[in-house]
Amino acid sequence: MAEIKLKTPLTDQDVEKLRIGDKVLLTGVIYTGRDAAHKRLFDLIEAGKELPVDIRGQVIYYVGPAPAKPGKPIGSAGPTTSYRMDAFAPKLMELGLKGMIGKGNRGADVVEAMKRFKAVYFGATGGAGALLARSIKKAETIAYEDLGPEAIQRLEVEDFPVVVINDTKGNDLYVEGAKKYRKP
Amino acid sequence: MREVQAAEITKAVRDLFIDANCNLGVDVLAAFDRAIEKDESSVAKEVIRELKENARIARDEQSPICQDTGLAVLFVEIGQDVHVVGGDLKAAINEGVKKGYGEGYLRKSACHPFTRANTKDNTPAVIHFDIVPGDRVRIVAVPKGGGAENMSRVDMLSPSAGLEGIKDFVVKRIEASGSNPCPPTVVGVGIGGTFERSALLAKKALMRKIGERNADPELAKVEVEVLARINKLGIGPMGYGGNTTSLDVFFEVEPCHIASLPVAVNVQCHAARHKEAVI
Repeated sequence: MAEIKLKTPLTDQDVEKLRIGDKVLLTGVIYTGRDAAHKRLFDLIEAGKELPVDIRGQVIYYVGPAPAKPGKPIGSAGPTTSYRMDAFAPKLMELGLKGMIGKGNRGADVVEAMKRFKAVYFGATGGAGALLARSIKKAETIAYEDLGPEAIQRLEVEDFPVVVINDTKGNDLYVEGAKKYRKP
Repeated sequence: MREVQAAEITKAVRDLFIDANCNLGVDVLAAFDRAIEKDESSVAKEVIRELKENARIARDEQSPICQDTGLAVLFVEIGQDVHVVGGDLKAAINEGVKKGYGEGYLRKSACHPFTRANTKDNTPAVIHFDIVPGDRVRIVAVPKGGGAENMSRVDMLSPSAGLEGIKDFVVKRIEASGSNPCPPTVVGVGIGGTFERSALLAKKALMRKIGERNADPELAKVEVEVLARINKLGIGPMGYGGNTTSLDVFFEVEPCHIASLPVAVNVQCHAARHKEAVI
């Protein structure tokens, strides 16, 4: 398995060279966003208003972290299931979003949008929230504080470990992985 | 009549939710070790090693295994010779949940279904009471995450579907769930009773320890067979491919109506958390 180090924000060139199964270590700024935050971002887009973050080149991490203990930047912070953000993802990619981190299968529209707008879907290990939190060095709420664990946070990450699930060519690690190990 | 103080119940509930969320059961850890040994996929082995390391960090730091520290589900068995004093029992349990999730730095995931406004203290808890013989109170705390719960289903099969129909329903449900419920999963299957009873049986089935077979040898065989079928699907840990899609399958069966065959599948992620206390 190839291991690739990438710095955010991501460019078209960064994401186009990625292939399913690649292990990527992300360093830089990423933004959290899950169900309720996506709904609010989408409502702003529909109303033609400015988003709280310029999402061009950015990576959104589908996560609702546990509260930080004193002296820690963040609590446990593993991925949430991504399909719930499928209704919003293609529009965000059209506006320049380059990466999504989550877990679980994406819909056909989302996979197609990744091809069309050059973006990738990364998987982080679900349920490994205590381990993944170690790669998050700083966390700051930048929008929708009232949403509690669903607020949008700006995270500074170092070598945050993810795997490419869907690349810009329409490949899907979940489909290929299961095919390889399926038995009659 | 034995008296039990409501405050004692609050304390027990608080401690159980923190314990369950931070300390993964040794049965699950042992199942991880078996999977690392047996899975054919090197990626699968690597993922499960990460899960082991995650569990170690959570235990050392007393931080939650997973950020989804769940809705607070409880099974509470009250001995019929117990008298709860010093407060309202349900309020005492909810107070314990509030304290556990607050003082334990656990995520509050309870919200209004329509407005999605967070209740901010993870209450109300989902409490299943039972009255049993004796003078003890047994409390099982089950933090239940949303991702795996969302993959759960109830169906009212036709009695003609029979046991084969039930097995197919379970395997197809896990296949359709794919990578969503954080495999390797634990699968609770409730059969019989009514619509709601089957779902409750499925959740109760998840209270067993990994490897603990049904006392009925025929059902024990069915559990082993369905687990083998699920692990042939190839989904594997995190859905990246492999032979460890589920760690175990538990069936709980009760009689049902002559016209019905209720079947419920309750999916549990690998963070199979449940801790109990007896007062």
